[in-house]
Amino acid sequence: MTGASTRKSPLTWAVHLSALLLVALWVFPTFGLLVSSFRTGDQISTSGWWRSLMTQEQQMPAIRIEGTEAQKDGKFVIEGNLFENKGTIVGAWGTSSKEPKAFAPGAVADLGDGISISVLADGSYVMSSATTLKDVRMPRVFTTAQTPPDPTIANYNNVLFNPEAGQGVGQAFINTLTVAIPATIIPILIAAFAAYALAWMDFPGRSLLVAAVVGLLVVPLQLALIPLLQLHNAIGIGKGYMGIWLAHTGFGLPLAIYLLRNYMIGLPRDIIENARVDGATDFQIFTKIILPLSFPALASFAIFQFLWTWNDLLVALVFLGAGDKELVLTGSLVNLMGSRGGDWEILSTSAFISIAVPLVVFFAMQKYLVRGLLAGSVK
Amino acid sequence: MNPALQGLMTIIIGVGGCVGYFYFSNVVLDKFIFPATGINAGRNINRANQVRPWLFLAPAIVALGVYLAYPVFATFWLSLNKELPGKTYEFVGFANYQSMFGETKFWESMKNNMLWLIFVPALSTAFGLLAAQLTDRIWWGNIAKALIFMPMAISFVGASVIWKLIYDTRPDGTDQIGLLNALWLNFSGGPFSFLFLKFIPALLLLAFAAFMAYGIFIALKPLFWATDQRGKPQWWAMPLRAVVAVGCASLAWLSVQSVFGVFGAELPYGKAQTWLTIPFWNNLFLMIVLVWIQAGFAMVILSAALRGIPEETIEAAVIDGANPFQIFFKIKVPQIMTTLVVVWTTITIVVLKVFDIVLAMTNGQWETQVLANYMFDKLFRSFDTGVGSAAGMIIMLLVMPILIWNVYNARKEMR
Repeated sequence: MTGASTRKSPLTWAVHLSALLLVALWVFPTFGLLVSSFRTGDQISTSGWWRSLMTQEQQMPAIRIEGTEAQKDGKFVIEGNLFENKGTIVGAWGTSSKEPKAFAPGAVADLGDGISISVLADGSYVMSSATTLKDVRMPRVFTTAQTPPDPTIANYNNVLFNPEAGQGVGQAFINTLTVAIPATIIPILIAAFAAYALAWMDFPGRSLLVAAVVGLLVVPLQLALIPLLQLHNAIGIGKGYMGIWLAHTGFGLPLAIYLLRNYMIGLPRDIIENARVDGATDFQIFTKIILPLSFPALASFAIFQFLWTWNDLLVALVFLGAGDKELVLTGSLVNLMGSRGGDWEILSTSAFISIAVPLVVFFAMQKYLVRGLLAGSVK
Repeated sequence: MNPALQGLMTIIIGVGGCVGYFYFSNVVLDKFIFPATGINAGRNINRANQVRPWLFLAPAIVALGVYLAYPVFATFWLSLNKELPGKTYEFVGFANYQSMFGETKFWESMKNNMLWLIFVPALSTAFGLLAAQLTDRIWWGNIAKALIFMPMAISFVGASVIWKLIYDTRPDGTDQIGLLNALWLNFSGGPFSFLFLKFIPALLLLAFAAFMAYGIFIALKPLFWATDQRGKPQWWAMPLRAVVAVGCASLAWLSVQSVFGVFGAELPYGKAQTWLTIPFWNNLFLMIVLVWIQAGFAMVILSAALRGIPEETIEAAVIDGANPFQIFFKIKVPQIMTTLVVVWTTITIVVLKVFDIVLAMTNGQWETQVLANYMFDKLFRSFDTGVGSAAGMIIMLLVMPILIWNVYNARKEMR
């Protein structure tokens, strides 16, 4: 568009800004979850995740003084620090909820009975008394403090390796892998042969079969749930991995055949006919020529199928079951949302674990994914 | 046995079995059934080549037949039967459909599904088109594309968790941790709120109404003005135009009505809202999740289509003095119309099957039920196979036009 170049600069800026806004809008939600997964439960439930990115001044939850007393200069003293997060700066503090900002850092508060307490700017406190503090009820300290960002990986440790907290997210991760990998590989092989037949072999009814595949592309798999479950029960597979692998294979086949056939039909006719003339059988042509040449299409379908089986909830719930042992990641996430909907530190961490693998696959193989989408967008 | 080990073995057995099947069936065909030797060599080769396609196709046909074609008929049969204790069935005709049509929850799902069908494909395509237009013009377009495309890789359930955090509500007086409530509490009813919550929405609604009016004009134009019709008109053109015009008119009327609604509404400023429990609006909040996922898909496809437009057509329009809007709507959009239709129908199919988002976020409470979740409820919570299957057939019926359209196009292409 050479004509637009004369009045380009304000328009270009507008384009850059709107694109930036759009990208921000699309990235923000995921980013929020990522940030939240590195915060403690207390932090998540007391302030928005966007605040944790920079130093913020806020009213901290009340902290009860604790520690063992020591004798110093004839006085009983308890010393310690209010915060685990080094770098917290106390702006003001108090000893009652009515006046949480009564004292400046370094001031000494008199609690009566000869007990006094002092909090410094870095959060360290000294509580001293003429008599022993053993039987005294410890005071609470209210602070208003600036806290720097304080990411923690405790959530990930907790969710992955502590079966109590994560309700078996680690187990679910393994289950999901067990479902996804065979369910990705098996349909590719079956579909590749079928696609070759539909693309390069001549037989009556070929166009009818292609039309049938296109039609089956859009059949809602919801319809398959009950009849197939009954079928699986009747032939003795029941609920289990075998059933879900078969189901995913069946559901993935139309797209696989469609994508691969579209790709194979575009391969140069000469190569195949030369090979035929040279006496190659169809089986040889397929394995020696077609398969290697179709790698891009195979890769794009593999990504589709992997993302789809990894992210699937419905098929797994129905064909694998909803018990604790057989839950996949999506299923365990739904359970967590129901039972621990408020525990955002567990929920956000589990969610991020479940989307991490697809995201890695996505960014690593985006080229093939886009290619596949463009080839198969009739679906 | 350890499931991971079992998985590994399945891969080996499955892949090995497939390869073995294809290899040995070919060998058997060529060496034993129709050997290419002896007096019948020529005839045997031909016969073997007639059988071979079916060898290649057999596993796929069996799998497709059992896992996709058979269930459609089986579900239809189940929807006509009532399940009795002891796994026996009694033929009841359309009684299941009748009892389903009598349920308010079913009609709620239908209504919501229609809302989803209107909003999600429209918004996804619109955002996708916008993103494609913007990212094609900047040097960091590929990075921007990857980031907007990213939600495609995220599961519906994962996306639900992400958005639930945004919609989260804390009691009034404490810090809000949900982004939407935090933003909402910034509005207090002043001129700023008026601008963003009344004026701009009203403007958008009016623009939409105007767009719909333009749609009516386009649909009805050939009725009043003789135009240069290329080819003879199809028999279905007139009814289709009428349907489109009526649809546009009703949408335009709705949006004009809503303008008054927007100005009249008393908004609960300063109070944190539990967004997912507000009927009607909660549907929109759920839809946003799907739009967020699907816009990237629309963007990728449409961006490729936009790049495929011949440069000369645009240059010619520029020389003729067309403004950017005319270039976009009169030159570019008509040329990518087929792709737009493809994107639209693809997203429509996703919408018809939407299940995970509703299950994870509201489970159909607060009037957010959709057909697929209704069906799941019936099948696996009330164990009512008949009504559940009937709901499944309704989904199938809604998909049917797209199915026929796709098959029709595929057959046209093959000729």
